[in-house]
Amino acid sequence: MARRYDTRTTIFSPEGRLYQVEYAMEAIGHAGAAVGVLSSEGVVLAAEKKITSKLLEVSKSSEKMYVIDEHVACAVAGITADANILITKSRVSAQQYLYRYQEPIPVEQIVKMAGNDMQAYTQFGGLRPFGVAFIYAGWDVHYGYQLYQTDPSGNYGGWKATAIGANSPAAHSILKSD
Amino acid sequence: MDSLISITGDGFILSAADTTSARSIVVMKHDLDKIVAIDNNKMISIAGDSGDAVAFSQLVRANVQLNELQSGITMSTSGVANFTRNILATSLRQRPYEVQVLLAGVDPQAGPALYFLDYLGTCHPVKYGAHGYANYFVLATLDRYWKPGMDLEAVKEVMRACIREIQLRLLINQPQFKFKIVDENGVREIEV
Repeated sequence: MARRYDTRTTIFSPEGRLYQVEYAMEAIGHAGAAVGVLSSEGVVLAAEKKITSKLLEVSKSSEKMYVIDEHVACAVAGITADANILITKSRVSAQQYLYRYQEPIPVEQIVKMAGNDMQAYTQFGGLRPFGVAFIYAGWDVHYGYQLYQTDPSGNYGGWKATAIGANSPAAHSILKSD
Repeated sequence: MDSLISITGDGFILSAADTTSARSIVVMKHDLDKIVAIDNNKMISIAGDSGDAVAFSQLVRANVQLNELQSGITMSTSGVANFTRNILATSLRQRPYEVQVLLAGVDPQAGPALYFLDYLGTCHPVKYGAHGYANYFVLATLDRYWKPGMDLEAVKEVMRACIREIQLRLLINQPQFKFKIVDENGVREIEV
């Protein structure tokens, strides 16, 4: 049943689902976990680095954590190459905003822009969605410390604590109970 | 050439603009309002080429409104000033907006902020400012009588002195001015 409606990203299934987006989320579920927790004094991001080989020069690459601007950083779960594209776009957007307004971009806006880019790949172009989920952590004068999560559909939400990647449902229930 | 004057006081900014619209020797309108409220706590005074002035003020206002609607956050006066400056700077070498701008806003935490912009892409935060021929006459008055933290009556007094100077010494007749004030309660017209 799914077979007929899952090869093209830009069409719905009869049940109203976008299979490619769901498959992308499936890919993220196999990646190393990342967790974020918000407090009144700051935001903590933690990410599990999966060491695939002893030969890998770990200090020279970062596949999990990235700085977007001085006041925003993010953790990644999913296809690293996909993440790199979006991270670069976010960094450019943050600097463009800083250039135009001479003040740092509000955290929600950078997340929204990334979300909008991801959404575009679910609606037109015939290209597959990004196989990445992000947890953004940042601070701005408008809302203080903030934590956001995005997924391949382009949807985003603000969280007090969240997790992405492998075993994230389990992490969520632990975070919820605490 | 239109006269614009803006003066910062204690928690507010008072702006004045002459209400004459003229080209060469002909006065077309005596009651033109050159000060536009762009949101709840910011106003922009624009002088210069009348077509450009109106188009520019509407461009700034629309973009600020859209930005605030999309982001859910009120823009800071400094953000609007730099955004506006950017438009002027990029238009300069294509099709310049022949406008002089005074942007006045009162931000909830930071307090009053006044910006002096011109068509070349200049943008400076100032305590008081003037554009047009008024510039040459009133800056001296303001240098002399302005102090930080003046209340409304004191600022009105200085503004009256500035207007008197223009009407006494400027060759072209500018009989009428419109005054607007911006403070924590918003933008409104005022008698001086």
